Order: sequence, then C-alpha cells, then structure tokens
Amino acid sequence: MNRLVPAFFALLFFVFAATPAARAQHDGEAPEHGTEAPAGEEFNVGEVALHHIANANAVHIFGDWYLHLPAILYAPGHGWSAFLTSKFDAHHHGNGTKAIDHYVLMHGSILRIKDPSFPYGEVPVSDYAVEEVEKDGKKRDVYYAIVDGKRYELDKKTTWDAGILGGGVTSFYDFSISKNVFTLFLTLLLLFFLFRRAVKTAEANSGKAPSGVQSLLEPLIEFVRDEVAIPSIGKDKYEPYLPFLLSLFFFILGLNLIGQFPIMGNVTGNLSFTLVLALITALYYNLKGNKHYWEHIFWMPNVPTPLRLLILTPVEALGILIKPFTLMLRLFANITAGHLVIVSFVGLIFIFGKSGASLGGSVVGIIVSLILTMVMMIIEVLVAFVQAYVFTLLAASYFGMATEEAHH
Amino acid sequence: MTGSIAVLGMGLAVVGAGIGIGLIGSKAMEAIARQPEAVGDIRSNMILTAALIEGVALIALVLGFIS
Repeated sequence: MNRLVPAFFALLFFVFAATPAARAQHDGEAPEHGTEAPAGEEFNVGEVALHHIANANAVHIFGDWYLHLPAILYAPGHGWSAFLTSKFDAHHHGNGTKAIDHYVLMHGSILRIKDPSFPYGEVPVSDYAVEEVEKDGKKRDVYYAIVDGKRYELDKKTTWDAGILGGGVTSFYDFSISKNVFTLFLTLLLLFFLFRRAVKTAEANSGKAPSGVQSLLEPLIEFVRDEVAIPSIGKDKYEPYLPFLLSLFFFILGLNLIGQFPIMGNVTGNLSFTLVLALITALYYNLKGNKHYWEHIFWMPNVPTPLRLLILTPVEALGILIKPFTLMLRLFANITAGHLVIVSFVGLIFIFGKSGASLGGSVVGIIVSLILTMVMMIIEVLVAFVQAYVFTLLAASYFGMATEEAHH
Repeated sequence: MTGSIAVLGMGLAVVGAGIGIGLIGSKAMEAIARQPEAVGDIRSNMILTAALIEGVALIALVLGFIS
C-alpha cells in the first residue's frame, strides 16, 4: 500500500503522455507570440494572474510539456466529440496548432470556431489573436484563430451564469475532464487511501496509542466532533450530521491544500464548485428543518403581525438564499484572493525586470517576490485550514438552527 | 484618472469589514484575558462572527466586480 500512491501518480503521468519537447520543431512555422502583449506595452499582472488561477483543459507543466486530459465536447448540430488534448499538438502558452472538428486549444482552454463553413476534421492553425471590442458600453475580449491568413472568430464554452461573469449559452458545451476535475479526482483518491490506511491502523491499534496516519487524522476528526458539531448542533442530535460535516471538512481542506501546489488545479477557488458545495449543504439542512425552524422564518412567534409581514418574514425568507450564497462566496473569494496575490507577487519579477529587458531589475524582483511569496504561502496554508473550519462550522450552525427544539 | 467607481465601493466595504473584524478581535482578546479558561468557546464564536461580517464584505466585493 505504501508504494501504491506514487505508483498511481506515475501511471497517470504515463497514460496521459506528456508531449515530448522535440515536437517544438514542428514542420511549418512555429506559432509566434500572437496573444502576448506587443513589445512596449506594459505587462498586465491582473490578466496573467486570472489566467493562471482559471480552469484549463490541459495541465501545463513547463515549457512544451503538458499533462493531456480527455476533452469531451458537445456541439448542438454536430454531436459529441471526445479526444485527448494531445491531439491539438500544443506548443508554449497552451496554444494548439490544429483545429479538430472546429475546436481549438487557446491558452489551455478549448474554444470553438463559430463559422459554419469551416471544414470539419483536422486543420492546421497558424496563430491566434485577441481583440478588445466595446459592446453595450462594456469592453470584451474577442478571440480569433488564424487559418491560412484568415481570421475566424472563436466561441467560449457554455456557462450557466447568464452572462454575469462573461459567459452564457454558446455554440458548444464542455464536459471535459479538465484540470479542476482531474485535481478533484486526485484529491478524492488521496483522501480515500489516507482514510483507509487510518481505519486499518485504528482497527489494529484498538486499545493502544494511535500510530501512523491515524495520529494525523484522529485529532482533526475529534476537533470537528468536539469543537464544531457538538457545540453547534447539540450533544444528542449531532451524530447523524457528523459524517457529512467530516466529509465537508476533509474535502475542502484537501482541495485547499492540493491547490497550493503548482500545476494542480485551483478547485476551491472555482465559483461553480463552491456553488455546488453550498447548494448541497443548504438542501440538506432545509430538508432537515423542523416546524420550529420554518415557523421562525415565516411566522415569528410573539411578534406583532405588521412587523412580521413588513420586516421579519421578507428578511428571514431572503436569509434562506443568502446563507448558501455567502457560504459559496466566502470559500471562493478567500482562496481566489490568496492565489491572485501570490501570482501578482511572482509578476513583480516581470514588472521590475521590464519583461526581461533589465537584468538587474529582474534580480531585485526575484528577491522581493521570493520573500513576499514565502510569507504569503504561510498565510495561504493558514487560510486553507481556517476556511475549511469556517465552512464546516457554519454548516454545523445551520444544522443546529434547523433542528433546534422550541424552548420558550 | 480613469477607472470604475465600483472600486471605491469595494474599498469602502473593506474598510467596514476591517473595522468590524478589528472590534471582534479586540473584544475577543479582552475576553480571553479576563477568562483564559473560556478560550475555546470565545475563539469559535469569534471566528463565526468574523465569518458573518466577511460574508457581507464579500457580497459587496463581488457586486463591485460584476458592475
């Protein structure tokens, strides 16, 4: 069992076969830095940082090396496509050199060529371009793929945020095992093996002092039970909710910690992921809510009726929505903010060094950013624990509210 | 000078949350100094209250991003 985990990593690595660096000498012209800022323009830290914490369809390791993941795509009118992202033959910056059935890989994300007259199958793409377009008073980036000197507009994948975060329903749906999904599976497997080991040692050690992984996990489990579940839910009612709270805690903690590693996906800093976590929690405690809980929301006892109708009921009813909303945002914003700050600190190297033009500046930038990033990483690890704790604590207190018995 | 006025709102939200969490922290420290044996209860309540304030500030931040 000891050797299984590294062996699994190694296996995964070879199954998805990183692209050999030799492919850099691809026939034809290598793609130029088409999507980078032209010389003379300032280095935009915010944009780079946002790109680096975002989800991607292939995991970029370094240089021309990628961990290729399966892409599963659906376009209405064309149907399903499934292939490994290695088919895009990506070079640096995650830009693919081929279009496959209208799909292209740009900056590590899959986009689709809008033009219906574009041929299906494999078509070589020479370059990509970005143009800022002003639409309805808002600036928006439009992406293009350049094929045979002609520009084809690209569509982003469909998102369900109704365009609030720049998405909306487009010409294709992305169900791929993306970087985030891959990280999620990896964390699940890791947690599974860790806990299985802990359970085995706990069984072997019954009546004796804990050892091995058990001594790492047991205090955490006891912490969640004694400091989170029992005080918030109550001594006689906490037990049915403990498994859920423990799963929440270790799942969030594991993803937070694995998100600190380079290469790995930033799962808890993804709004859709935290949305689903918050929704599951909200659904659970609302379904478990007793009469007392619902009475306090819709018809607060011992309060004059006009006051109930005007203030208490609307506010409490909104609270049903606001609770999961803040659960979702708190985790997302804390993790995203930490990652953004770290990438911005790394960006200092390029700002001080004027994108490589000044060597002295780069050296100063490296020293400054090294110190700042190290301090920030310490805070990040702390935040990883605190956010897992806060999410679990709030979930537990909501369970407590929903199951509280009348006491007046 | 260019930029969005939403950024000012985000800044104001952060100021408010900062004052709020600062008050919680100072009161919690005081309470722990008075009653060191209640440190566990005080700490978890402190974090819970800080999380509630943070939630309001985060809503303001996200609204600032969207606008």
